[in-house]
Amino acid sequence: MKKYDKLIFECSVPGRKAYRLPTSDVPEYDLPSSFVRQKQASLPEVSEVDVIRHFANLSHKNYAVDLGIYPLGSCTMKYNPKINEEVAQMPGFTYIHPLQPVETVQGALELIAELEKFLCEITGMSAFSMQPSAGAQGEALGLMIIKAFHENRGDYKRNKIIVPDSAHGTNPATAAMLGMKVIEVPSNKDGGVDIEKLKTVIDDKIAGLMLTNPSTLGLFEKNILKIADMIHEAGGLLYYDGANANAIMGITRPGDMGFDVLHLNLHKTFSTPHGGGGPGAGPVGVSKQLTDYLPVPVIVKKDDKYELDYNRPLSIGKIKGFYGNFGVLVRAFAYIATMGAEGLKRVSELAVLHANYMMENLKEYYYLPYDRTCMHEFVISRLKNNPNGITTKEIAKRLLDFDVHPPTIYFPLIVNEAMMIEPTETESKDSMDKFIEAMIQIAREAVENPEIIRTAPHNTPSKLLDEVKAARNPVVKWEAET
Amino acid sequence: MFPYLPTTKAEEEAMLNRLGIQSIDDLFNNIPDSIKLKRKLDLEDPKSEIEVERLLQGFSNQNLNAINTPIFLGAGIYDHYIPSTVRYAINRSEFYTAYTPYQPEISQGTLQVIFEYQSMICAITDMEVSNASLYDGASAAAEAAFLAAEKTRRKQIIVSETIHPDTRRVLSTYLKYRGIELVTIPMTNGVTDIEILKKEVSENTAAIILQTPNFLGYLENMEEAEKIIHKNKGLLILSVDPISLGIFKSPGEWGADIAIGDGQSLGNPMSFGGPTLGFIACSKDLIRKMPGRIVGQTTDKEGRRGFVSTLQTREQHIRRQKATSNICSNQALNALAACAYLITMGKKGLHDVARLCYDKAHYAADIITESGKYRLAFEQPFFKEFPILSEFPVKKIQKKLLENGIIGGYSLHKDFPILKNVILYCVTEKRTKKEIDYLKQLLEEMA
Repeated sequence: MKKYDKLIFECSVPGRKAYRLPTSDVPEYDLPSSFVRQKQASLPEVSEVDVIRHFANLSHKNYAVDLGIYPLGSCTMKYNPKINEEVAQMPGFTYIHPLQPVETVQGALELIAELEKFLCEITGMSAFSMQPSAGAQGEALGLMIIKAFHENRGDYKRNKIIVPDSAHGTNPATAAMLGMKVIEVPSNKDGGVDIEKLKTVIDDKIAGLMLTNPSTLGLFEKNILKIADMIHEAGGLLYYDGANANAIMGITRPGDMGFDVLHLNLHKTFSTPHGGGGPGAGPVGVSKQLTDYLPVPVIVKKDDKYELDYNRPLSIGKIKGFYGNFGVLVRAFAYIATMGAEGLKRVSELAVLHANYMMENLKEYYYLPYDRTCMHEFVISRLKNNPNGITTKEIAKRLLDFDVHPPTIYFPLIVNEAMMIEPTETESKDSMDKFIEAMIQIAREAVENPEIIRTAPHNTPSKLLDEVKAARNPVVKWEAET
Repeated sequence: MFPYLPTTKAEEEAMLNRLGIQSIDDLFNNIPDSIKLKRKLDLEDPKSEIEVERLLQGFSNQNLNAINTPIFLGAGIYDHYIPSTVRYAINRSEFYTAYTPYQPEISQGTLQVIFEYQSMICAITDMEVSNASLYDGASAAAEAAFLAAEKTRRKQIIVSETIHPDTRRVLSTYLKYRGIELVTIPMTNGVTDIEILKKEVSENTAAIILQTPNFLGYLENMEEAEKIIHKNKGLLILSVDPISLGIFKSPGEWGADIAIGDGQSLGNPMSFGGPTLGFIACSKDLIRKMPGRIVGQTTDKEGRRGFVSTLQTREQHIRRQKATSNICSNQALNALAACAYLITMGKKGLHDVARLCYDKAHYAADIITESGKYRLAFEQPFFKEFPILSEFPVKKIQKKLLENGIIGGYSLHKDFPILKNVILYCVTEKRTKKEIDYLKQLLEEMA
């Protein structure tokens, strides 16, 4: 089955069909001729059986959380509970229109309002907007709010955003997309922000600083209070990239660390599926002084009834159609309801325990650039004993042969040959041990049989794919043979 | 024990022993004591599966859903038929529990789906390149505007008043940060005023953004607009309802440079407005400025066809502040739904569904306007939505319909102050003649 290699266009047989629409029960009306399509779209013609077998076969060529450990650092590939999928498909959630009269969608509005409260409590913020579709859009909203805050005080010169060199690529990309200037600060030898260097870049043009805590190295920023003070004293605001929030639930809160704005990735910390690359949700939380800037509409409760408030003069406006990725919000709500306070804390405790356990077992074989207690993830570098110069990419490809997903590789950029490993709380000890054993075997092979690593992967649906060829002459859609 | 947390007490002990520590608390010593939370989070106690289901069922039951209640509401989100094949595809957990295909050798399922999605978006829009999806139709417009500004090195985007109001709002939110001016062209008779457009477009205009069918449901003729913008060497960005492309001219046929839109109609439920997907497709010369992921065809070591993410040097994880966009996670599973939808419907199905929408909407408009109590706000060709004007206050009509088990149309007054007492009705292939007749009957009873 794993050899299936047909494109759906190659399954097409003229005359086949996979759908059944009702026969029209109304008269036919003339089409306005100047608007009529000249040539029909070249879509395939297949039967329902063809469609189902196509997707079933393709699915067998995919690795996924439901198949095994997926320790992709900074992505929090935890198990996606099935009850969440079931409840999200209830007709009162899937078959409702965003513009229905509010009195007919009170349940949906209440669910969003309740989820906002949960997230405020978990993060220590004052209010949330559910509008952003993903973390990167949350970052954009957060920076817009920061800018609006400064400009509302008549301060138009603040156009610089400080970003540590260990930050996710989305941080600088977001700042640049909004026309802001990115100032990068280096990390110190402990993997934290270099305070001395930070001092040198702070001035009265600083709009704010974006920080992931724990950082992408999986390390908690010990100087966070000091950093917060420095930024606040200079008149800037602090943005928390919540990509790594899985490490801190019930343990510490960004609001208490001094952060003013943050986003959470519901598809990471709150167990909603990653969907092969989305949809996610990136709700944004703000401190009290920033609530007026949240996007419209804001859900408010008046006389026991939920309403959508568009009348918010200081609001940054709208960043997405309607109210956010509602289907994702339903799943996150179900997750928090299932886990409760006790469960969420246990999640973070186990996420951290698991990461430290794996780190401890791997550091004998792999170079660990920051050898200290990690949070929910850690970063290792090349093999300690590496006479044949095996690279991280080669290790990742060899890991594919062990039916596990490799870690995030070559990120963060400040570690050479980085491998960023995040087991999550939902992996069992057996599952982590299996991954550790694979890594140890590769360490052994690197000395004894480097060829088996260099020629990997051996057992995958496709062998090593040529990325250079794909980029040199991009073929990005199917072409009918002529 | 929690069902999603497999680690037992004994295994926890074993791991702590391996680490040489007494308790998990020791792992959090790096966090300054002053910011540690010294109390339990103020959330409810954990719930069983039965309790969670009951709780969520309670929320769901409070909402009036379109399975039990015929809906004549569109305005950007549509109640279209979703084939069972689509649900099958998106519910396969090999797809939905995977992430971005960073390791192509074990992600060929996802990658091929995206490649087929791109191929079919190109096929229906008659464009050359599609990306793997954007957040929604509104953010696709913002990304397209950025792309056009970058390509032309110009700082003005002209948009018609007749595109979706949320899209206009999102554009105005995003563009100002890059110093891009947003000019809005008013409508005349329900469509973009071409004379004013002609006056506004200049060699400073990066692109014009138009929509057909427009927000009022009317088809817009792009012939003039295309000439005007191209004469000034700007780009034509065309937002379309993908279902309409089963019968109406494609962005490629109109001469558009970038096609955008919201793909919700393609196999995605309404879901209170999200998640949907935004699609963006363009001509080949714009490929290196495209936002987000693109999948390309290649071969593996043994010469067999395979797929990889390509041209990644446009993206944030490689280029950081020099990336074409900040987008990382997109709407892959919604794109999978769109892919499964287009495969299922195929060439003929997309035509048939569009035709059903067209005929039913025209039948509805016909009978609603029959008695003279109601009339079309403007006389223009339309697709599946049409604005109806009457002397009755919108609120009264909506109330009457709701009391009789129908979700009515969208009141246009908020977005178009001149359109008082005008309701935008939408009729998809899911509405039956009986439901349409009932709508008409209720409207006739208004006095």
